Amino acid sequence: MDKTITSLAAAIADIKDGSRLMIGGFGGSGAPIELIHALIDRFRETGSPRDLTVINNNAGNGGIGIAAMIKAGMVRKMICSFPRSSNAEAFNEKYLAGEIELELVPQGTLAERIRAAGAGIPAFYTPSSFGTELAEGKPTEEFDGKMYVRERWLKADFAIIKAQVGDTLGNLTYRCAGRNFSPLMAMAADRTIVQVSHLVAPGGIDPETVVTPGIFVDGLVAVPEPEQEEVLVRAGVVY
Amino acid sequence: MAYTKLTNAQIAWRAAQDIEDGAYVNLGIGFPEMIAKFQPEGRDVIYHTENGVLGFGGAPKEGEEDWDLINAGKKAITLKPGASFFHHADSFSMVRGGHLDLAVLGAYQVAQNGDLANWRVGSKGVPAVGGAMDLVHGAKRVAVVTDHVTKDGKPKLVETCTFPLTGVGCVTRVYTSLAVVDIVDGHFVLREKLPGMTLEELQDVTGAPLHLEGDPADLTVPALD
Repeated sequence: MDKTITSLAAAIADIKDGSRLMIGGFGGSGAPIELIHALIDRFRETGSPRDLTVINNNAGNGGIGIAAMIKAGMVRKMICSFPRSSNAEAFNEKYLAGEIELELVPQGTLAERIRAAGAGIPAFYTPSSFGTELAEGKPTEEFDGKMYVRERWLKADFAIIKAQVGDTLGNLTYRCAGRNFSPLMAMAADRTIVQVSHLVAPGGIDPETVVTPGIFVDGLVAVPEPEQEEVLVRAGVVY
Repeated sequence: MAYTKLTNAQIAWRAAQDIEDGAYVNLGIGFPEMIAKFQPEGRDVIYHTENGVLGFGGAPKEGEEDWDLINAGKKAITLKPGASFFHHADSFSMVRGGHLDLAVLGAYQVAQNGDLANWRVGSKGVPAVGGAMDLVHGAKRVAVVTDHVTKDGKPKLVETCTFPLTGVGCVTRVYTSLAVVDIVDGHFVLREKLPGMTLEELQDVTGAPLHLEGDPADLTVPALD
């Protein structure tokens, strides 16, 4: 078994119009910039994929990554917890113009909905958002004297994430706070594609340190010296 | 009587005095982050940031940032010995699961029953909630640091929040620019107030009754830059 994919273009080739797409990263940490930009390249050449529903904590920064996807017109809907970052103009403009949908989800609920999908749990109860406008229309129930809101799992057709070391079987480690949502998204998507900074043979990662076991990963592409989103945003790079 | 309200640094200093040795603490992004600067010497406090780090320290020197190593406010951080990384589901398990000793948040309004409004003022613009609605649940204590009144002088401690709620009945203590107030059984209990201020003056700028359980102590803090 070898899950390696030789090019970024091939890695994202199956993502379709209307796909639900999870993208790893919290702000710039852990953002799979090269995979995102390969997707934008494909859209510019072919007009596809479009009408995407993108799931990420944020809604893009500056003129690269998810922000560039939004600006290019590939995204119909964002599911996220914090779209209002300091340089989120791409999303802000489309949202205020009514050109993009937003499903706002508390950050911990977003994480747990994704985890639940990967774990085969269709719904769960959380205290988060009870009594707030984000709980409107959702079932609630009292457990042991406290009120909870029922939330549904959040699945996706594809996840694209970034990892630090991956072996050809898909076992992964991450770097610092870059792991954030990625191990959860890897579980929750039908097909998970990973860009790894170091691709190694099976046995190249100590089993004790594996964070995402390879069963959750479908394809890996080596990106040896990945760009860091925050660095690009600060440099004013536009993709 | 004459009084000078506390600066944000002084409010943060006062809040820091209540953080016990060995506590696991989440400081909300923005103003609450300042509390870490005033941690009393001799106390070990382990800070949690919801994007997946326990045991972080201050900011690195400019030019030495590692942008994979950030806090929930997306600021660069450093690690202390014994730090750990984890994914978001584990991170919010630490929050909702009752593993944090303290979460400190900012506020637009706090109601006498402990309701908090701190994520959105009205219905205009782009809404963003982040981890605020999770952080108000689970920590053993949920505290707020805030100016006592808004920029135009309206009370931020109120009978009922008029802004959209972040959480219901969640706040346990409020550190303001004028006072320290606990929330007990649906009402504000005044613990400390500026020594130069009368009870009447404080009540005048508070939107709900301040109850007393014994005399309130003086809220005294050092002069801080």
